[in-house]
Amino acid sequence: MAVAIALIFFVAPEDADQGISQKIFYFHVPIALTAYACFGWGAWKALRHLWEREPGADLESYTAIHQGVIFGALTLVTGSIWARASWGVWWTWSSNQLVLFLVLFLFYCAYFMLRYSVEPGPQRENLSAVYALFGVVLIPVSFFAIRLANDFIHPTVFTSRGPQMSGTMFTAFCVALAAMLALAFTFYSVELVGKRVDARLRELRAAERPATAARRVPEAVAR
Amino acid sequence: MNGYFADVGALARKDLLLELRARDTLPAMLLFVLATFVVFHFALPSGSSALAASGLLWVAIVFTALLGLGRAFVPEREQRVFDALVLAPNDRSAIWVAKALATLAFLAGVEVVALPVFAAFFHGIGAATVGGVVLADVGICAVGTFVGAMATASRARELLLPLLFLPLAIPIVIGGVGASIVDSPGRYLGFLAVYDLIFATLCWASFDYVVAE
Repeated sequence: MAVAIALIFFVAPEDADQGISQKIFYFHVPIALTAYACFGWGAWKALRHLWEREPGADLESYTAIHQGVIFGALTLVTGSIWARASWGVWWTWSSNQLVLFLVLFLFYCAYFMLRYSVEPGPQRENLSAVYALFGVVLIPVSFFAIRLANDFIHPTVFTSRGPQMSGTMFTAFCVALAAMLALAFTFYSVELVGKRVDARLRELRAAERPATAARRVPEAVAR
Repeated sequence: MNGYFADVGALARKDLLLELRARDTLPAMLLFVLATFVVFHFALPSGSSALAASGLLWVAIVFTALLGLGRAFVPEREQRVFDALVLAPNDRSAIWVAKALATLAFLAGVEVVALPVFAAFFHGIGAATVGGVVLADVGICAVGTFVGAMATASRARELLLPLLFLPLAIPIVIGGVGASIVDSPGRYLGFLAVYDLIFATLCWASFDYVVAE
């Protein structure tokens, strides 16, 4: 992460017509790609849950989507700042990526509403998993829909002719992307460990309760 | 496979009969869409373009559909029919197909009245718009009944349905509005057809998990 920041600010050359504000590109785009990766991973785990009944996949899917939403919100914020800096407006509807992230953000917020409004149990795991799968299908569908609906002022940096930037810029970008993915992975692992401990604790408590109740009954009878 | 269609037919017939006897969803949807048009008339300042009215037609369609979808699983829930349907020895996706077909029938019934009224109130409607509406209805009913079943399983129910449905309906609105305002609507109609195909397949394949305990 530190290496990425150093590369971004000291090594990569400044963009000719955007100047310093172009630096946010190294944060905005990797954050967006990381969010996609999180949603994709969440959907993959959801599929594993539905298909193979892999134990714990539900929790992993949920955690990945939670990270995805956090990074998605960051994408909206950094994208908005970049739009302000280079186009002079906080929000532009003609920026496909921003609109797509808004749609996805709404969709995955509804995921949390759904999850917290169903009692914990196998049905909640199934519903969450199915909805997560819908999300990963919605991403390309919305992308094409938004593309159909719009003219383009968002710069397309990656085209079919390969990345349109200089070597050092590309290196800095890749390092930033790797750093962002590592950051997301760390968050994901930490949150997952926390959630697993929590679930295990709840299980133990649930297991202990009947046991103590059973112990109390003979005592009461003896008295 | 024959048995599957028989199941679907029986279940869809049950919904239509129920509506025919109780008559609570269809008139409500009709009144709602007409009231919406009146609201739109006053929401659009005079001199607004015809394009704005076309866009609002799609808002009216989506929200009217939402009204019908909110009612779709109410009989199942109130009379505990869902448990029996899940226990019955049929393919569970038949429940979804039948419900989507019944909702589609209601929505189409409403639009048969609503589209001419729209044409009378605002401006004429071309064949592309009608085609877009038909394709969009299929998508709305397929996805809508699916998330409707999800919402039924939750505590929040009616509150949750629009939240789950609207993000999924945004591509439908884009395709529909595109089909009704551009000169060559082929791309948009094609997009709607692809949307229907993708999401109907996905719903059909995963409905089992939504109702299974």
